[in-house]
Amino acid sequence: MHLPAPRGKLSASLADALRRPNPGPVEASHAESEEDAALALWMLHELSYSGFADVDEAHEWDVGLLTLRLDLESRLESELRDRFPGLPAAEPSDDLAAAFFEYVGGHNGPSVASYVHTDATAEQVLELLRWRSVYHLKETDPSTFALARLPRPARAALAELLYDEYGAGRPERLHSHLFAEALRSVDLDPDDAHVDLVPLEVLELNNAVTMFGLHRRLRGAAMGHLAAFECTSSVPAGRLVQGLQRLDFPQPVVDYYAEHVLADAVHEQVAVRDILLPLVADHPAQLEQVFFGAFTCLDQEARVSRILLDRWDVAA
Amino acid sequence: MTARSDGAAPSADVVLCPGGPMLVRGARRVVDADGSVHEVDRPVVALCRCELSRSLPWCDATHKRLPGERQPR
Repeated sequence: MHLPAPRGKLSASLADALRRPNPGPVEASHAESEEDAALALWMLHELSYSGFADVDEAHEWDVGLLTLRLDLESRLESELRDRFPGLPAAEPSDDLAAAFFEYVGGHNGPSVASYVHTDATAEQVLELLRWRSVYHLKETDPSTFALARLPRPARAALAELLYDEYGAGRPERLHSHLFAEALRSVDLDPDDAHVDLVPLEVLELNNAVTMFGLHRRLRGAAMGHLAAFECTSSVPAGRLVQGLQRLDFPQPVVDYYAEHVLADAVHEQVAVRDILLPLVADHPAQLEQVFFGAFTCLDQEARVSRILLDRWDVAA
Repeated sequence: MTARSDGAAPSADVVLCPGGPMLVRGARRVVDADGSVHEVDRPVVALCRCELSRSLPWCDATHKRLPGERQPR
């Protein structure tokens, strides 16, 4: 992975700092725009994944960079909490699984998948794949960060889910690898996320899920996000499969989404019943975090879908 | 029937999910109603109970589109 093109003074000075042996302090106040700040945070988070080819691995724990990361994360979290309307009115603790499925089902955001199913052009689908690549090339990795922070039953269940995401012992079945194969089949670069091409909302979506995974305090939000993501995946993935077949896309792209129809029909049950329930039972205060994470997932996905459909001149 | 103090359902190999599929852990092959054999390639599978999946015998979350009274118990 290479450092992305800067989008303002902050991301430019951060890129310079990252290339130095001693990065030195970088001030969040240099941010020229939300996009500039979001890109800077995305770059800092990448240090905790595979990093950048020309950046020293030790910079992940550089105190100056961590200070900047915490500052940017704190701004992002405040923004996300401002958007969160709070727990659903009905007390969800009686039957949390039913309440959670109902909550997620009640968020009917604009559907990119429905449009791809019936109308999208091949060029539009390629754009969707480029936008999605920022997440799917590290699919599930943010949840893995949270694994060791969960109470025992939830940890066992997440490990079971992750084992499937990571190919159940077969490297060629890793979901992020299946996505890389899908990109390769349509001549898109599978080694570099297409981060230079994505708008603020895609960066923010990726930053939120990484932030949830990296902070133990936010483990409930991480799992609420995961569960909401799994609960809104199978049906849209099925529509995408039909759209991709309509457009005659190569088999690896179809296979990637077909895999998610079946895998996520399992994962949503495991995530809600075997992860969220014991997590909240262990620590009732996690209930609010779980719904905060779920809301953030649904809200950010809706924002991204709206922008994409706007770009394509589709009324959402 | 036993419930665990930590709130998790007791771990089980076969779980009927209210309104949804049947989860089966550790299966190697599933034979459907027509006698066709389906190899299992994941640690847990979800078998359709509403019978409307496009990928029978597997669940594809179609049950969510059904009104409550038509969802599996």
